[in-house]
Amino acid sequence: MDWLQQIINGLGLGAIYALIALGYTMVYGVLRFINFAHSDVLMLGAFSSFYIAPKIEKVMGSQSLLGCILVFILAAAICACLGMLIERLAYRPLRNRPKLTVLITAIGVSLLIEFTCQNENVFGASPQPFPKLLPEKSIHFGNVILSSNDLLTVTVTIVLLAAMWLIVQKTRIGTAMRAVSYNQQAALLMGVPVNRIISFTFGLGSALAAVAGILYAIKAPGIEPLMGVQPGLRAFVAAVLGGIGNLPGAVLGGVLLGLLETIAGGIPGLSNYRDAIAFGILILILILKPAGLLGRSSVEKV
Amino acid sequence: MKSKFLLLPVVAAIATAVIGCKSGGGDTIKVGEFASLTGKEATFGTSSHEGTLLAVEQINAAGGVLGKKIELLTEDDQTKAGEPANAVNKLISKDGVIAILGEVASSRSLEAAPICQQNKIPMISPASTNPTLTKEGDYVFRVCFNDNFQGGALANFASGTLKAKKVAIFTDVKSDYSKGLAKSFKEKYATSGGQIGVELDFNGGDKDFKGQLTTIKNDAPDAIFLPGYYNDVALICIQAKQLGMNIPIFGGDGWESESLLTIGKEAMEGHYFSTHCSIEQPTPEMTSFVDAYKKRFNGKTPDAMAVLGYDSALVLADAIKRAGKTDGPALRDAIAATKDFSGASGKFSLNADRDAVKALVFIQIKGGKFTYNATVNP
Repeated sequence: MDWLQQIINGLGLGAIYALIALGYTMVYGVLRFINFAHSDVLMLGAFSSFYIAPKIEKVMGSQSLLGCILVFILAAAICACLGMLIERLAYRPLRNRPKLTVLITAIGVSLLIEFTCQNENVFGASPQPFPKLLPEKSIHFGNVILSSNDLLTVTVTIVLLAAMWLIVQKTRIGTAMRAVSYNQQAALLMGVPVNRIISFTFGLGSALAAVAGILYAIKAPGIEPLMGVQPGLRAFVAAVLGGIGNLPGAVLGGVLLGLLETIAGGIPGLSNYRDAIAFGILILILILKPAGLLGRSSVEKV
Repeated sequence: MKSKFLLLPVVAAIATAVIGCKSGGGDTIKVGEFASLTGKEATFGTSSHEGTLLAVEQINAAGGVLGKKIELLTEDDQTKAGEPANAVNKLISKDGVIAILGEVASSRSLEAAPICQQNKIPMISPASTNPTLTKEGDYVFRVCFNDNFQGGALANFASGTLKAKKVAIFTDVKSDYSKGLAKSFKEKYATSGGQIGVELDFNGGDKDFKGQLTTIKNDAPDAIFLPGYYNDVALICIQAKQLGMNIPIFGGDGWESESLLTIGKEAMEGHYFSTHCSIEQPTPEMTSFVDAYKKRFNGKTPDAMAVLGYDSALVLADAIKRAGKTDGPALRDAIAATKDFSGASGKFSLNADRDAVKALVFIQIKGGKFTYNATVNP
């Protein structure tokens, strides 16, 4: 019974990592660089809903399903705009520079957001109590307890993975994304509006981050400007583990990492090595299978 | 050649300005303070800082010490490792303070202590309870009890009040405070016949603790000892409740913050912690402190960290008066000689180990409020 409970705990955590990893992997797929500011967009998503939720609550009543969905949509929209803005201001001017320049800029953007938000006049550095968006229930199966929050996270992740898969594989804009990922110059020559496609990818990735941020804040209702750092790093490992640029791979990596971390946490003597385990996996995968579990070394990726 | 002569008055002006600054410091006594005013333990630093500030303002309003006003120079260490060293170095070498007040958290006090010791500048920590702190040297003091005492009191509490036969221990590996308190609790609890259940660790700042809590649940202890800081504690209690655990969780003075209630909400109900004092203590010193604090900070209710910040500044001022001068060694001897001091937190003396010998109180969270439960004397 212990194991079953741990698997449920692990899935609840892994689903969040998976959702964040989806955003990393999509941007990487199109632009071939890691957007380190992704984890800060996640934090901004949590804070957006922190400010939006009380206003929605006034109109829709407290803890209503419709109100909750509205909070998710508004926060996702805000973060999509922020993501596009970051791309426009920080990454687009550097598009033809070496990838390393862009990577360093990404780290700079990430630090800029984190430390601006820690200012007392922005969010302040101490944790804020995150409001309850939905009533919480625990479902008991004998000894095993399934919390409604974990169920929500897993469902949202599955739905969003399917949606991303459909967008990338079945729509015109998805075809364009794959074309840009395959060869930017050639796509441009074929009349694909590369700038708009990249902007769209950033918007989509940031909206995913916002959703993940809210789910993370529901799980741990004390939010602060550095809350994205730790899950962001884990999700980065997850994306590499699954094969960066590969959507199902990101989800697989996230879930595996969540499970491993939870199970390690429950073993006396191993519980303080949770971080070491995550990064140990990163090193191992880079040595043994650099393309990741589901990745193939040279194939078009979105 | 001409330009050189032109430079001379400039150099002279700068020199007088610098010297002027130094001698300008002569009509005030500079005292340094470092605290976590921002960062994840910001409520600790803010509280202790406000207490310290109130004390300094009161001392100055009453005419200061040795005929001079006290000037408090505060540095924010942002709850970050590495920052206390920068802050204290700056206060000592650049600002030329005569003593240092701070920090609340043991890890950060431990970082500053060797620097104060080397410079022979007395340091008084308001609330760092890790036993190793005052072993850093004879210039390091504290106005609170240490964790050997707190751990012992918690062990007695577990077997006495909670009647727990088996206790699980859940420690923050990133915090010297947490590890130190867990160690002293374990020793005392085991010698008094209690059984230690599973011992697990978490990283301060983690958000998911269900893996560890599930193992603790399956071990079926009577209570969980959680020597952590309030943010982590609140999240752990929430997740323990989600996993259907209804056993008491208890910890030390790291729980002491209003954030514990605003974040933990109903998940905190019924849990206990030990701390330095309760503002419900009916002593005249406490009552007048609470009144003055509320008046100064817009009706805000003080917590134990504010009380200890206040006491740390009072102990220093008292020592300066008795020493009659402000040089390091003289001041050190005067602080070490503090006996039967009536602080807001209670009456205490500093022992040979430079720790305060004083009572502690237990608080239970009842009806969403900290309520006074019991006092334990040393």
